[in-house]
Amino acid sequence: MTFDEIVKHIELKSADKFSIEEGKSVLFISPDNWEEIAAILKNDSELEFDYLMCISSYDKGDNTIYGVAYNFYSTSKQHYLEIRIEVEDGISIPSITSLWRAADWHEREAYDMMGLKFVGHPDLKRILLADDWEGHPLRKNYQEPDYYHGLPIPKDKSYWE
Amino acid sequence: MEKQLQDKSVIETGEMVLNMGPQHPSTHGVLRLKIHTDGEIVSKIEPILGYLHRCFEKHCEKLGYEQIVPFTDRCDYLASMHMDHAFSIAVEKLLDVKLPERVEFIRVIVAELQRIASHLIAVGAFGLDVGAITPFTWTLRDRERILDLFETLCGARLLYNYIWPGGVSHDLPPLFIERTKEFLDYFTPKIDELNQLLTTNKIFIERSADVGVLPADVAINFGVTGPSLRGSGVKFDLRKNEPYSIYEKFDFDVPIGKGEMGSVGDCWDRYYVRVLEMIESVKIIRQACEQIPEGDVHEALPKKIRPEKGEVYGRYESARGDVGFYIISNGKNIPLRVKMRSPAFCNLSVLSEISEGWMISDVIANLGSLDIVLGEIDR
Repeated sequence: MTFDEIVKHIELKSADKFSIEEGKSVLFISPDNWEEIAAILKNDSELEFDYLMCISSYDKGDNTIYGVAYNFYSTSKQHYLEIRIEVEDGISIPSITSLWRAADWHEREAYDMMGLKFVGHPDLKRILLADDWEGHPLRKNYQEPDYYHGLPIPKDKSYWE
Repeated sequence: MEKQLQDKSVIETGEMVLNMGPQHPSTHGVLRLKIHTDGEIVSKIEPILGYLHRCFEKHCEKLGYEQIVPFTDRCDYLASMHMDHAFSIAVEKLLDVKLPERVEFIRVIVAELQRIASHLIAVGAFGLDVGAITPFTWTLRDRERILDLFETLCGARLLYNYIWPGGVSHDLPPLFIERTKEFLDYFTPKIDELNQLLTTNKIFIERSADVGVLPADVAINFGVTGPSLRGSGVKFDLRKNEPYSIYEKFDFDVPIGKGEMGSVGDCWDRYYVRVLEMIESVKIIRQACEQIPEGDVHEALPKKIRPEKGEVYGRYESARGDVGFYIISNGKNIPLRVKMRSPAFCNLSVLSEISEGWMISDVIANLGSLDIVLGEIDR
């Protein structure tokens, strides 16, 4: 199915629960509707998005809005969909781990790097960084600490920047 | 005696936590596994990642697009060409560049050579994991020839920085095509040798067949891709399903696991899919060597990479699976965000699921058959 057909199909099942921006093949969804739409994507016999490819968190740079982009693919129907959820800092997003197990580590990474919280995740903890790391480094306003466990972090970066 | 065994004060029973790694020859890098066991039977595995985290995504937010390529090299260091190619394809999608034919052919040739090199390491190291030492030295010997070819191509043996957004860094050196063909003639009989030595070896089959069975639906749900998914009998290869570059021009098959030695989706199937894929790669390279046109490889290289505002998700079939680059551009020469979907990261997440109920020694076989590269998992 093409993007327009997918959108029409989701509209039949749950209208007014998503929005589309002009010229972009992306569905924007508010976190409140995400659980319902995710279940439709997974279980609907026409859509069958069985493969969650990627969850990418992003920071738009204004320190208020953080976003997550979900890329889905259907291995049986061979179509593709991107979903985005944008939230203000501190607002949680429902976890989709119960539908796609692949989401487990991707959500942990989004929490680790961007500080997004996923409600319903079985074990939301850091994955790539150490457990006692402070802050979420991929945020644009992230300040590097001066010390980590007593080791000074070099401030002179003329060697590599 | 029986009473004594049941009495917990005499023999302590219960869960034991076994630590494997980060420094362990079977973890293929600095990976730590926390293995919860009941006796010798594994009940749960917690992989602990991040020992090789080098802030790839944070670096990308400070560097120009063309400067990111050396960093993608270092993500999957066993298949650097694939990472460069994947990133270049994503950036080209964003820039909307039309590439010269010759560039596409060169890219396909080097990518398939790289696939053979990477799979040689994978099958050799898997043999090593389950106790077959000689095949590893044999596969390394053959891989060396590919690295020699790459050395004549761009001077580097491991981290190439060869495929750039919009083209490649150098044209093929003189006699490269001839040398590649020579290598293929040399390499094709070596696969039969490998099959005799390792694939059909009784001890090897005992160790890998029917071990760590990964059903197809579980694999897809966990986001497992690449040879590990195809080992479970799913015919899914981006080169066929969503052809990028010029793969639709070539005639090749997508090998899948058939459960010849045990059940579909066991370690042996995942191993054997890689062996068969090398034969398919040889086929592709032979066709590409025949058809490659003349032309200028630097024609489409952009002077300055400054894409329009927008996002792109580029997909690529690397030796380990489906690599994705999610790039957000804000119209500057530096990306706002680069997220890499690493295939080995998702493949590793299934380890606990397939190892549950097996012995500790089978965890080694399962891990080896998934063919992980820690550089790419930790980024």
